[in-house]
This record gives sequence, structure tokens and C-alpha cells, in this order.
Amino acid sequence: MKESDFNVAPKSDRQKTNIILTTVEELVNWGRSNSVWPLTFATSCCGIEMMATGAARHDFARFGVEVYRASPRQADVIVIAGTIVHKMAPVLKRLYDQMAEPKYVIAMGACAISGGPFFYNTYSVIRGADQVIPVDVYIPGCPPRPEALLYGIMQLQRKIKLESIKTGLIPEDNPEEYPDSPKVY
Amino acid sequence: MKMDNEQLKELVTGLVPDATFEENKQFLMVTVSPDKLHELLKSLKERPDTSFDYLFCITGVDIQEKLQVVYHLESTIHGHQVVVKTATTNREKPEMSSVVDIFRGAELHENEIFDLFGIVFKGHPNLRRMFMPEDWNGHPLRKDYVDEVNIIDLS
Repeated sequence: MKESDFNVAPKSDRQKTNIILTTVEELVNWGRSNSVWPLTFATSCCGIEMMATGAARHDFARFGVEVYRASPRQADVIVIAGTIVHKMAPVLKRLYDQMAEPKYVIAMGACAISGGPFFYNTYSVIRGADQVIPVDVYIPGCPPRPEALLYGIMQLQRKIKLESIKTGLIPEDNPEEYPDSPKVY
Repeated sequence: MKMDNEQLKELVTGLVPDATFEENKQFLMVTVSPDKLHELLKSLKERPDTSFDYLFCITGVDIQEKLQVVYHLESTIHGHQVVVKTATTNREKPEMSSVVDIFRGAELHENEIFDLFGIVFKGHPNLRRMFMPEDWNGHPLRKDYVDEVNIIDLS
């Protein structure tokens, strides 16, 4: 697969037929996917990398991830940048619950994906943030470079562009093309 | 005036006769029994010739047969340093006297050692769990700590 395949949202069958609704949908999703505001939340070294992504050299405001919000009520995406321990888990859950729908979660780095280097011989680490809240995009790395986070954000934007504004779900695209995939993915 | 390790050893021997020493390290290491500890640290701080006014580290250690607490002291006036160790063999109900009344900065350190090693510091104003949840069972940094639920053992 080429890089360009990931960057263009594929047209669903529905988008080819239902012209008025899908044109509105496309417009709304274009707007939503280009203004994904992240929550100021970082628990360890991935947070430094996330700050670097936000800073001048990489500057993810170019992709519409415009401004860190200090309140979950104003945020669209929570980037879990770091280790989640047992004591942090209820806090993370509460932050996620306080975010307004539609909300998205990016698990950044090995710790947020699976516990990473703290998988074995530890009493305090949660083995993956998806044990606590649902995750949309996983970004591997320890920590991932800013380019990786940018790529993860672009994947999330691609996902947002596919969503139906009516149900908030991604409509099934072409069952013959992906026979093993579930109805909503 | 800055005292070297020899002078400090002589002075501590005068204060606590049954103290034992380890030498030829960076710091002079004094080992005393838990009941002498509070008294020793108090006089080390209050004497003008030592004036150890800065407790820069407290460490808890589990060396299987006993639970040890290590105090690192420094004098900001004279510039000399000393290490005081004390240990208890009681693993079920280990107790030490708190030094919070001498060094206020010891409060959080003692809390942490209580949390992770289960050593009870008598006289501590607010001894509680710090890092672990309030309802946690056991003390995770002990060598004999087992947690079948949370720990995936790779040893």
C-alpha cells in the first residue's frame, strides 16, 4: 500500500448514491476532522514528545489539532501519553467521561498500548489504557517520534471523515472487499 | 568547622557507645539500634560542632532477615555528611520512632516507607498510604510480597 492510500478517505457506497445527505456529511466531517482539539493530559515521557509535536518544529496545528484544552469539556481527543497506573485509572476514566461527544482516544506509546516496559514484575501498572477506556488509534513507539504522532492523528482524521453524522458510526463500506471485518469497525 | 569521617566516628562513639561503623566509603556509616536512633539524630542536629540540619534522604531496605532504614544527613553550615542506619528484625509489626519532630522534611519520606515497606513510624503526625490506594493489601517493595492478580512474574 502506498502512503497516499492512507491519506484520502475512501468513498463509501452510500456517499456515491445519497447525494445531498452525503455532501453535507462530507462538509461537516471535513470541518470536524480538521479541528480536533486535544486535552492537556500526559503521564510520562511520551508527554514530552507530544509537547514537541505541538511546538514550532512539528506543529500539529497544521493538521487542525489546534490548541491544547485544559478542560475535558472543551476537548475532542485525549492523547494518552504515558503509563497508566492503578491510582491514575479512575482519574483517566473520569476525564474521559467528562469529555463531550463525539470524543476520541489516541493511545500513544508502548505503556498506553500494553503496559510496555512495565508489563512484567510490576504491581502498579495497568496493562494498556484500553483496559479503562476505548481507544481509537494506537501509536507504537517508546516514545513515538513526533512524526508518528502526526501520522496517528492523520489516521484519526481519516476515521472521523468516514463517520456518519446521523449515527456517529462508520457505515459498512464494501463487505466483499473485507469479508472478515465486523459490521462497525 | 568541617569534620572528617574519623572525627565523626569518635564523636558518635561518645554519644552512642554500642554503635557500629562501616568505613572507607564516601560517607561514614553508623549502625545503631532503633531505640537509640531518635536520640542520636536529635543530638547530631542540635550540637553546634556537628549541626546536621539537613536530612537529604531516607531509604527503606528489605534485606530478608531484617528491615532497614537509612538516613543521610548533611550539615549546610559545616559541609560534612554522615549516614545513619537502623534495622528491625520484626517483620510482622516493625516499628521505629519517627524523626518528623526533628526534621520536618522526613514526613513524606516516612509515609512512603510505611506505604511500600510497612514500617510504622511512631510519633508521625499523619501516617498513611501515599502511592498505593488506601485499601491496598500488603507492602509491594518487600521481598516476600506476592500479588497473583497484578504481577506477571518473569523471574
